[in-house]
Amino acid sequence: MSRNLSLKQSGLRLLAAGLAAMALIGCGERPPIETKQLGYRGTGMEQNVNPRREAEKLAANQAPVAADEASADGPKAGQVYQNVKVLGDLSVAQFSRHMNAITQWVSPTEGCSYCHVGNNFADDSKYTKIVARRMIQMTQTVNQDWTKHVAGTGVTCYTCHRGKPVPEYVWYKPADRKYTENSIMGDLAGQNYASTSVGLSSLPFDPFTPYLLQDKPIRVNGNEALRFTGDAANNKSTKQAEHTYALMIHMSQGLGVNCTTCHNTRNWQEWTNAPPQRVTAWYGIRMARELNNTFMLPLTDTFPANRKGVHGDVAKVNCLTCHQGVQKPLYGAAMAKAYPELLKTSPAAAAASPLATTAPEAAAPGTSVNAAAAKPVALK
Amino acid sequence: MAQFKPLFSLENQNLLTAVQPVGPLHDGPSLPSGDWRRTGKPLLFHLLGRIGNAQIGPIYLGGLGVASLVFGTLAFNIIGFNMLASVDWSPMQLIRQLFWLALEPPPPSFGLNIPPLAQGGWWLITGFLLTSSLLLWCARTYRRARQLGLGTHVAWAYLAAIWLYLVCGFFRPIMMGSWSEAVPFGIFPHLDWVSALSLRYGNLFYNPFHALSIVFLYGSVLLFAMHAATILAVGRYGGEREIEQIVDRGTASERAALFWRWTMGFNASMESIHRWAWWFAVLTPLVGGIGILLTGTVVDNWYLWSMKHDVVPSYPQVYPISIDPALLGAKP
Repeated sequence: MSRNLSLKQSGLRLLAAGLAAMALIGCGERPPIETKQLGYRGTGMEQNVNPRREAEKLAANQAPVAADEASADGPKAGQVYQNVKVLGDLSVAQFSRHMNAITQWVSPTEGCSYCHVGNNFADDSKYTKIVARRMIQMTQTVNQDWTKHVAGTGVTCYTCHRGKPVPEYVWYKPADRKYTENSIMGDLAGQNYASTSVGLSSLPFDPFTPYLLQDKPIRVNGNEALRFTGDAANNKSTKQAEHTYALMIHMSQGLGVNCTTCHNTRNWQEWTNAPPQRVTAWYGIRMARELNNTFMLPLTDTFPANRKGVHGDVAKVNCLTCHQGVQKPLYGAAMAKAYPELLKTSPAAAAASPLATTAPEAAAPGTSVNAAAAKPVALK
Repeated sequence: MAQFKPLFSLENQNLLTAVQPVGPLHDGPSLPSGDWRRTGKPLLFHLLGRIGNAQIGPIYLGGLGVASLVFGTLAFNIIGFNMLASVDWSPMQLIRQLFWLALEPPPPSFGLNIPPLAQGGWWLITGFLLTSSLLLWCARTYRRARQLGLGTHVAWAYLAAIWLYLVCGFFRPIMMGSWSEAVPFGIFPHLDWVSALSLRYGNLFYNPFHALSIVFLYGSVLLFAMHAATILAVGRYGGEREIEQIVDRGTASERAALFWRWTMGFNASMESIHRWAWWFAVLTPLVGGIGILLTGTVVDNWYLWSMKHDVVPSYPQVYPISIDPALLGAKP
């Protein structure tokens, strides 16, 4: 009798252990998760870290060793080579060093011929060369104009490319449902579909078009306790909040951080009691928006169809493109310092930009700075 | 021979039902003319007897029950077929993504107008059908209780839950002037709606009615556990006969009362404990609904409201002060 009972009990215990194990597997990451305090005690301002994933993340986000410095002596690349529209002010040795670095960063297996026609390196007939030239200008613009986001660390081609011709993390406009046309049922309303772009939540799965391409208002909180008070009633809807939430989940996932990295979570909108990282992130959103509009969109016709999304749109950047799951891309390695030519826009770039007409900001660096400073941006 | 004694024996703890009383199957008292006949022949099901009564049926369906089921089934199917359509009619994807899919209310541009079917029209129809179904079922619990000569406590408790449902999906959207403020029909989507509502209206944690609702919710759980534990603990003295003990205390309820007076100085009585439970349960959605109804209609930001009324403590400044960069211009 009692033997049977104990058998029954061990069976129950096994069942309980099995259920507990299943519940934990459902969580994806097994405990314990370490917690780092980020703010005042007891306010829940903390960062969750899975110590078992750190080594793997660290290994996947290492910057390559920079090549030895090249001599600045001798004739300039722009004088020796034909059709050099950016980086022409480098010496031939520096220029070659840079080209080697790009090959290593972007097309290590494809080599020079990924962009260049084999017997005539001046030839512009490969689309990849046009794009690469524009991307050099983009890198320079980021490092020169967006120091509020990239600080002195800066970015290089490798920050996004990581040895791949197309960066692993870019975004396109999402495909529609197969039967969208004339369908009276099953409207997704842009959400309610398991999507990695928003951390497998059911939030709106394209928070990029409204905020990183268009300039839709991100802020949904008002400054008044009561409704219908203050200068302007806050008419933002809960649906708008869902879109903002989706963008924030993307940022959280893209950087591998919690909400608390930027926000004081008891009052999301507050700046004075929020971590300073929120300012960096604010500039990051504007930076991604400008890069998409100034550099990526004008290249739409340059790219072949197989490099575009289902809607024929060009690949675009979001937070994940550079960050790749880490708060500071490549754990803050200051790669760009070894390539000072990437830290400021090339003097020749202004006049010779192949897309000067469509990209006025790149054509005249500095003007946009003044324009933006003169006209305060409306609260978003 | 030494007897093997387990350290812990489930059967001695009065945690699982050990006795299964089985009597002759019966239909219950006969119903007056005008009522429906009961449906189904009663049967015994041993496993159910382990957690409740082993007798299944007969069930009284009635006009209200049938109407409720018709409306409910329609709503269920409209939601289901919209979900199926949203995954391009793939049954496999319907199963895989079931928790993510939803029938979404109309976008904000429609306000309180009637939208086309594809953009929230189905949601509006489903809302009507589901609400009708719930109210009819509630009326049914009322009428069945009356028929048995009972009080109508179940119906009113159910109505409290329907109140919260209607606040979220009907009353508040109307007061806000937009169907889009309502809850989508879907598992994760309705949870995302809850988070988004809190984010939009300045953190619902600072909504005092939300706080009260949580008190009653957790309180309900606590009361449920305390009451159940008490009755099981005095089971060996016949403590389950609670109703008799209301008029004739007996040793079970005396011991139970004494236990709580000793441990916390106060005890609920055999009568009052159920009122505690009923009121806690009913007040959970009741005050929660008030909190949601005020959100966005009267209060736009609960955190700021709490600051204004000194509900929120202020904490020391531990970060360097950041200035909203939107006030400074987009570029450095």
